Amino acid sequence: MSAAVPLKDHWKEQRLFFTRIVAAVVVMVALTGVLIYRLVQLQIVDYQTFADLSQGNRLRIEPLPPTRGLVYDRNGKILAENLPAWELVLIPEQISDLDASLDSLVELGLVDVEDRPALLDLVRSHRRFEHVVLGTLSEETAARFAVRRHQHPGIDIREGLVRHYPYGASAAHAIGYVASISTADLELIERSEYAATSHIGKTGVERGFEFELHGNAGYRQQVVNAQGRVLLDPASRSDQVDSTTFGGGLETLWPAPGQNLVTSLDMELQLAAEAALGEFRGAVVAIDPRNGDVLALVSTPAFDPNRFTTGLSQQDFRELNNDPDNPLFNRALAGTYPPGSVVKPFLGLAALFYASIEPNGRSMCPGFFMLPGNSHRYRDWRPQGHGLVDMHDAIVQSCDVYYYNLAVELGIDKIEQFLKSFGFGAQTGIGISGERRGVVPSREWKRRNFSRREDQVWFPGETVITGIGQGFTLVTPIQLAHATAVLANRGVGYRPRLVIATENGTTAERVDLEPVGIEPLDIDDSQWQYIHDAMAGVTGEPRGSGFNTMNDAPYSVAGKTGTAQVFSIAQEEKYDAENVSERLRDHGLFIAFAPIESPTIAVAVVVENGGGGASAAAPVARTLLDVYFMGTEYVTREH
Amino acid sequence: MSLGSIELGKHPAAVLRPLQFRSVVIDLPLLVILLAISAYGFIVLYSALEENSALLLRQGIRLAIAFGAFLVIAQIPPRVLRRWTPWVFCLGMVLLALVEIRGDIGKGAQRWLDLGVVRFQPSEIMKLAVPMMVAWFMHERTLPPRFSQLFVLLAIVFTPALMVARQPDLGTALLIVAAGGITILLAGVSFRLIVAAGVLAVGSAPLLWNYMHDYQRARVMTFLNPETDPLGAGYNIIQSKIALGSGGLFGKGWLNGTQAHLEFLPERSTDFVFAVMGEEFGLLGLLLLLGLYLALIGRGLFIALQAQETYTRLLAGALSLTFFFYVFVNAGMVSGLLPIVGVPLPFISAGGTSMVTLMAGFGMLVAIQGNKKLLAP
Repeated sequence: MSAAVPLKDHWKEQRLFFTRIVAAVVVMVALTGVLIYRLVQLQIVDYQTFADLSQGNRLRIEPLPPTRGLVYDRNGKILAENLPAWELVLIPEQISDLDASLDSLVELGLVDVEDRPALLDLVRSHRRFEHVVLGTLSEETAARFAVRRHQHPGIDIREGLVRHYPYGASAAHAIGYVASISTADLELIERSEYAATSHIGKTGVERGFEFELHGNAGYRQQVVNAQGRVLLDPASRSDQVDSTTFGGGLETLWPAPGQNLVTSLDMELQLAAEAALGEFRGAVVAIDPRNGDVLALVSTPAFDPNRFTTGLSQQDFRELNNDPDNPLFNRALAGTYPPGSVVKPFLGLAALFYASIEPNGRSMCPGFFMLPGNSHRYRDWRPQGHGLVDMHDAIVQSCDVYYYNLAVELGIDKIEQFLKSFGFGAQTGIGISGERRGVVPSREWKRRNFSRREDQVWFPGETVITGIGQGFTLVTPIQLAHATAVLANRGVGYRPRLVIATENGTTAERVDLEPVGIEPLDIDDSQWQYIHDAMAGVTGEPRGSGFNTMNDAPYSVAGKTGTAQVFSIAQEEKYDAENVSERLRDHGLFIAFAPIESPTIAVAVVVENGGGGASAAAPVARTLLDVYFMGTEYVTREH
Repeated sequence: MSLGSIELGKHPAAVLRPLQFRSVVIDLPLLVILLAISAYGFIVLYSALEENSALLLRQGIRLAIAFGAFLVIAQIPPRVLRRWTPWVFCLGMVLLALVEIRGDIGKGAQRWLDLGVVRFQPSEIMKLAVPMMVAWFMHERTLPPRFSQLFVLLAIVFTPALMVARQPDLGTALLIVAAGGITILLAGVSFRLIVAAGVLAVGSAPLLWNYMHDYQRARVMTFLNPETDPLGAGYNIIQSKIALGSGGLFGKGWLNGTQAHLEFLPERSTDFVFAVMGEEFGLLGLLLLLGLYLALIGRGLFIALQAQETYTRLLAGALSLTFFFYVFVNAGMVSGLLPIVGVPLPFISAGGTSMVTLMAGFGMLVAIQGNKKLLAP
């Protein structure tokens, strides 16, 4: 800086000022350049990014749930429907403290404290903008919450549809139930299809036909403001914004309702069979041999599926799960039982087919059987024996000794092959989950399923007891019913099915499903006839094991009783039902088909720990057949 | 509106000075550009205020008052203005002190002074009074200022600035410092000193940090990384960038800005109105605005260069360049170049006092231009 000048030098000051202005303009132009560069970057270079962000800001896609298909019985009775209900929903993005929100719901009594962890998982498995259904509320609790709604931001009640099963526990195992989608379910489904759906089929037809029942989800685009409030919803008329302003190109895709299912079940039969089983644990399966239609599928005890749809509490679920009678267990499909004597018609047919035995040749039944060179006595259920019996008598009277011998003559390999051709040892393919395969034992099976080398060998004695359906053989009630149907229809079988037709949810157009045939068994007609006659004898001849129950039936019926040992009795010991604890009592089994000449129904009954097949299982089949042929009125009149 | 009435009360005598030859002193280019910007701003506000007629009417009244102040002040000869400068400055200081003692609290900050009839921010006076005072001080002395005089100048700038910052109103304090600082720079402080001051400023940043309020610190932090808190402090800047960016070259059209109309953009009628403009009128709309602003500043600098005495020259230059500072700080903040400071967009943002102050400043420019021939040495 120069030395002080006493007088103002105007020219110098003006020049100084001018250079400063020039410098300022340079800086100004530079800064303006920076600003414009920035604006170009935002508005031109990154335009698409910000345009998308802005679009994402204003548009929200609201998924729309499809209406679940209805389920009917074969006569059009509704087995599963959708009823309006109040749902408690939570919107994660509007919740600041999830724990506190759930606590407040527990306090209000809307959520069970034990369900908290599960609900927490449920909420966390959803995306922030998805509505999570916490449960269904009764009219009263919904009203109670409604007045406090403002205290619970992010929690709301909304009208929804809840699955309802008018018959309650009846046919629960066949129809199944829906419940909240679990984290495990999420991995199996197309998430976008379920964005607005809270429930999913868990068992039975509800699960097996989930895809058909569910339908296709829709969606609608809504314009929302910064607070998430919906300003424009093409589906509602109460628009707060003129639709031409921001509503351009809003899309709505209405959901497609699921298909209605017509099941093969006949609820009259179903209810009759359930009533006939009474307090017993057991299963009943009735099949139409002409097409595989499952007319009744009973497993007792059952449960009320409506409890699941409204949100079963942890405690309730534990109770159901820990019940020693296991009501959630589907005995008809997953219960495996030794077939006992009901296997005899099949093995008899096998002996005829393989010509291992002369059916009319009589052999002596002394009340026990011994393998050559072995002193072990295989006892007949009748200690004094049946005397001289041929195959017909052996089936009618259920002679064990004849079948011990028959099994030995056949050999385990042929037994295995023949039983498998009737569907034993494999799933029948009824189309609902949880079906077990059971066991048809063989040399190969023993090798695979026993770890100790000495146990892997097939012993002749094991063949002997296989002849009366004991030992390793295990069958499910559905397998028994199916095999009986094939037997009734003389080898022409159909895969058992629960759904016979679908109905378009919108147009109600009905599509009948074709029965699926299985490979027919090529067996001589006279051989079928022999077995049919013998089974007719079981119910029709005075010495027949089913005579007392069935002889006065006003229709022709063929059957076979079976009694399966739950635990083995030592040699020389007598089975005494009175002294054996209830759980160790014999299972009673009965198979039947009717009318004999042209069968329209085949039945399998298993009564767990019910005692003998003739006393426990046959009456159940009788009731079922009476209702089937004579109607419910006849049955109530006669009994 | 308030400041205008204060000034009005003081100046009828000035208008009647015998030195006045023409009946009205006016600069046509300045007037046309100001009217163009105001009209443009009003159109944008019509959208930003959601077509709310009551709010628009109030803004219209403010605009009218501001233009009134502009025209009235244009009639005050610069000589008179210069003579009154110390008194205006002192009045401003007294009012600031009053705010300190008994001011109204608005938006958590103590800025307002209630004079019974009107409420106004004394800090607004300082935006004009500080450059006036610096120019007045240098008018009697030789340019460039000597080193010892520099301390007086800094005191003139920083005493009111610190008082305003304490209110706390960082934005206005910054503008006062800018206005005073620019005047000092124009007065010819050597570039070495400027560099030294810059170094000192950077060095004092940590000190400043300690002095700042939490919300001010949050703003700085948000500026440095807005994405860290997208729903909190970073929300404003993220949404304003989306608004600007989604406007593209041509914009979404008037009244069609979704960011603004669906309430995503905060402060859309005040500090962030630039984003509304960018969203609805695109880059072209913003360039038009910047063009108008630069024309206004250019005319101001032209007036400054033509001015014939130190006081008018410094004041005209300072007012013009400070105006650029306003524009740049606001646009830079909205576009994410600068931290969020409460600086309105001149003549566009809704709100009264700052517009009146700005118009008064341009009134002074008109006066300087209109009276220069009469005051030729």
